Amino acid sequence: MGRIHKHLKVKLPDPRLAVIDERLKRVKRVIVVASGKGGVGKSLVATTLSLILAKDGRKVGLMDLDFHGPSGHIVLGAKKVVPKEERGIVPPNVHGIKFMSPVYYIGEQPLPLRGTEVSDTFVELLAITKWGRLDYLVIDVPPGIAEEVLDIVRLIKRGEFLIVATPSELAVRTVAKLTKLLLELEVTILGVVENMSLEDAERVEEQAKELGIDYLGPLPFDREVERSLGRPKKLLVTKFARAFRKVVESKFS
Amino acid sequence: MHEWALAEAMVATILTVAKEKDASKITEAKIKLGKLQQIEFDILSFALKELTKGTLLEKADIKLEEEETKFKCRACGFEWNFSDSVKPDDNEKSEAMHFVPDLAHAFIRCPKCGSPDFEIIGGRGAWVEYINISK
Repeated sequence: MGRIHKHLKVKLPDPRLAVIDERLKRVKRVIVVASGKGGVGKSLVATTLSLILAKDGRKVGLMDLDFHGPSGHIVLGAKKVVPKEERGIVPPNVHGIKFMSPVYYIGEQPLPLRGTEVSDTFVELLAITKWGRLDYLVIDVPPGIAEEVLDIVRLIKRGEFLIVATPSELAVRTVAKLTKLLLELEVTILGVVENMSLEDAERVEEQAKELGIDYLGPLPFDREVERSLGRPKKLLVTKFARAFRKVVESKFS
Repeated sequence: MHEWALAEAMVATILTVAKEKDASKITEAKIKLGKLQQIEFDILSFALKELTKGTLLEKADIKLEEEETKFKCRACGFEWNFSDSVKPDDNEKSEAMHFVPDLAHAFIRCPKCGSPDFEIIGGRGAWVEYINISK
């Protein structure tokens, strides 16, 4: 008997999802800087982390995922740089960091995206951005525990979360929610840094202990940080960055 | 070229699905391209030709078809087409949406009420509508 040939018409899934692993194949570690709460300094922490790692000779990429309030370009002072088209999008080198942000395309225009549109934008950027070989890809995540966090867990399963808190109870309570969610999702949590720390406040450290995650240390409130925005060299010698370097040396060496 | 990245994604998806379905041959693949993204057909065709060499897709009939992008205003319900919103010489807007279609929300407004709160109801991005396989 001859072989029976079957002909089938098959519907296909979203093609972008098929290349995300390929795009990140040569990235050793993905560090996700998140908080849940706004205004705690996530972008500053993500950008400074990238600068410290790059200064130490690591190959670093930084992706600003805050479509509603991108800030990485302000901290870095990224001006007059654009990605290169090379069988995809190659992020430009800004102070030693391969930096990707929606601001290259929309400037300072507001981008009022709803939930599924946020997901679509993130997926599109993951599918077309060519990072090449990296020791670290740092992702700056916006406030909240919705699309961006869930999509990172869904699409980049090996993301390691660095949580940012401040001593304010208003921040601590929201950070606890993010932490509980991440623990439930069983993702890697590097620990929590306490930004804008005050000498007599121990709330963040106590909460980290209660939740069973590492307290990585305090980053002091430093007025010089504001004056260093857009000037990475100056930023790296602030008390804030020097304290952060100790965290980086203990956790990323 | 950005078209290469899209072509890579499509080829990877098609070959993965064909393998899952245990296909011995892919006879046809239909690719749809939303107008919003303004894909260069020639570049995409060339990229697909190069990327499918030596694969099950090499001899398939790959059909590319453009689809008009449609928007619907969430505020007033008005529906309109991409061609009504962006003129061909509007380079800044076109380039942004070429790379990431949802960046349309930074540039396009409802032509009737001016709201930025609209959804893309058709012709967003690039996708593979179907493949025909033999097993």
